Amino acid sequence: MNSKLNLNPAIIESARNAAKTIAKDTQEFIDRHTTVTIERTVTRLLGIDGVDEIEKPLPNVVVDNIKEGGGISQGAAFWIGNAMVATGLSPQEIAERVNAGDIDLTRVPVQNDQKIKEAVNQIAKQTTKKIENNRKKREAYIQNLGEGRKPYLYVIVATGNIYEDIIQAKAAAKQGADVVAVIRTTAQSLLDYVPYGATTEGFGGTYATQENFRLMREALDEVGHEVGRYIRLCNYCSGLCMPEIAAMGALERLDVMLNDALYGILFRDINMQRTLVDQFFSRIINGFAGIIINTGEDNYLTTSDAVEEAHTVLASQLINEQYALLAGIPEEQMGLGHAFEMNPKLENGFLLELAQAQMAREIFPKAPLKYMPPTKFKTGNIFRGHIQDALFNMISVWTGQGIQLLGMLTEAIHTPFLQDRMLSIENAQYIFNNARDLGSEIEFKKDGIIQQRAQFVLSEAEKMLKEIEAEGIFQTIEKGKFGGVKRSLTGGKGLDGVIEKSDQYFNPFIPLMLGGEK
Amino acid sequence: MALEKVDLTKVKPYGDTLNDGKVQLSFTLPIPYGDEADEAAKQLLKKMGFSEPSVVFSKDLGVGYTFFTMYGNSSYTVDYTKIEVPKVDLEFMDKYGVEAFIEENIKREIVVIGACTGSDAHTVGIDAIMNMKGFDGHYGLERYKGIEAINLGSQVPNEELVAKAIELNADAILVSQVVTQKDVHIPNLTQLVEMLEAEGIRKKIILIAGGPRISHELAQELGYDAGFGSGSYASHVATFIVKQLVDRKLV
Repeated sequence: MNSKLNLNPAIIESARNAAKTIAKDTQEFIDRHTTVTIERTVTRLLGIDGVDEIEKPLPNVVVDNIKEGGGISQGAAFWIGNAMVATGLSPQEIAERVNAGDIDLTRVPVQNDQKIKEAVNQIAKQTTKKIENNRKKREAYIQNLGEGRKPYLYVIVATGNIYEDIIQAKAAAKQGADVVAVIRTTAQSLLDYVPYGATTEGFGGTYATQENFRLMREALDEVGHEVGRYIRLCNYCSGLCMPEIAAMGALERLDVMLNDALYGILFRDINMQRTLVDQFFSRIINGFAGIIINTGEDNYLTTSDAVEEAHTVLASQLINEQYALLAGIPEEQMGLGHAFEMNPKLENGFLLELAQAQMAREIFPKAPLKYMPPTKFKTGNIFRGHIQDALFNMISVWTGQGIQLLGMLTEAIHTPFLQDRMLSIENAQYIFNNARDLGSEIEFKKDGIIQQRAQFVLSEAEKMLKEIEAEGIFQTIEKGKFGGVKRSLTGGKGLDGVIEKSDQYFNPFIPLMLGGEK
Repeated sequence: MALEKVDLTKVKPYGDTLNDGKVQLSFTLPIPYGDEADEAAKQLLKKMGFSEPSVVFSKDLGVGYTFFTMYGNSSYTVDYTKIEVPKVDLEFMDKYGVEAFIEENIKREIVVIGACTGSDAHTVGIDAIMNMKGFDGHYGLERYKGIEAINLGSQVPNEELVAKAIELNADAILVSQVVTQKDVHIPNLTQLVEMLEAEGIRKKIILIAGGPRISHELAQELGYDAGFGSGSYASHVATFIVKQLVDRKLV
């Protein structure tokens, strides 16, 4: 592509190479470890579901049993397979007996290794087939029903009650939304288990459960038929249960998942070792399921200044791109994040935002970039808020963003009302249609404000990546270089759930989904 | 400029003529779009005390619900001369004023700790007040000479906050609550007061709540010394803290 910003391809390549080294360094650490949630994911993918009498999910019951027996470093798949061969029971039946206290998984006499693997692989292949079918079903829907034009209109529902969410989601689809995200209830990211069943109580959002996923999927398929457009469903694959949520999403045909370890580290204080290991397996699942991941770089700009820290966004996007490639996610599924968060009082702020968005577009030409709306400088002045969102929409259509998270005029006041969502969809539709081909008509002045700004941000990002390459990602985060937030290697939540793998570690899904051993 | 003098004992909304009572409204009714919906919206406005209600825009929201933009003339008035609002009643100083005040009247470094407590993960507010950079051109407390500001970040349990206050011998605690859906912040804010009282340190500490939906009145009702809502900057909070320290002889 001809660069409108006159970006130097050599600097982009140098920055990308530094990011590659950073990701590879982390990968060595990742490959040596597993976590409790990864093992619970394996049990889920082997068909274990449900809760015990105190609402504890059976995947937790099973993995806790293996952990207590000291067997987790071999992988849950090994012990479940072992019990399958020894008893002839299914994984779900085994889980129920573990829960009843009739089976203690690490005390079942060890069976023939090949038979164990055969038993597990047979079920694992059924699961991956199911996920593959979901992927094909999505492709067929898009083929037959069609889909919205990019930038996709992305809206959020957040009532706390899945049935109320469904009403709002259907209304949004009828008004023109292409992607509906169900915000999770406050603090779900810090639960080291995934709640079960349909839920009607949540604060600032709705629990992510497999049943809630299924209900919303069904509703969106229904309304998709009515409006003649496939409506994508988005949820949050972050926090302490990243891969479990990915597995549930893959099984229930979600289409988009927030999925970013850096976000969890910085903004939810989740331990960095834990979440980077979790992220890898969750991205393998998302990649295999054809789910578009969304990364959380936009958040840096809510705690740091969007003008001064713009390069940290690009640096993080480049790192996230490499992590995603290692987990088998193609560029077309990388919804790298950024945001329109500069102070509206800034002279020529619009030009700087334009430079940033165009730069991301040129550096990640195939990625469905996720563009986040102004939030930090929304004040309660809903009238100005609506104009801020209009400028944001203008840049998006101009620079060809992929997924447009619609701004709300009532941001900073409440979770969106039904009418707020309609007004913001109307705003975006008006501007996207009215300025559709603006981007292909307009070029930027050579060495003008826009070109110079983009070149400056790129060179700062390259510098930062080279520093990180020398220091390592863990040390960089410890120093607070992203979002101005410092986190320590052993601090935060969830470190006790990280376990070193033994030589016999067994997880059938990594080779099945990634198409090679890892 | 006014042709007619405003009667402050009977104040009405102003559109373009004094006492025309003009009010702009927008809302949704859970009924299908159509003439009946417009009529329902007008009747509703009449019940709310508006005369001449008019629907200037209505739109089908797609699930049997209708959105309205309306105007009406308010028939009610308020007596402005009898209004009393509890608020942080202070001459606010700027950063340099606060620093000079500390040097002159307190003569030691004061310790301020802040956190988003409970399940709240939204640090925008506490960051704006505490972090070096501040917000909208107003530096945060970290940059103040004479103030040691410690931002504990998000989702801090009240237990941890109290323990930290004791450990650091804090002069002031700032609690930020952004998520207020279904009043989730109320029990959380109340619990902190109770815990500080149980530890016997409530009286020694300036306790402040902040957030877009927090008013001074609400904060005081819950047992806080002050509440700061939207539009508050670090210098406002700092002024309150240093003056309270002197007034309450906690220097």
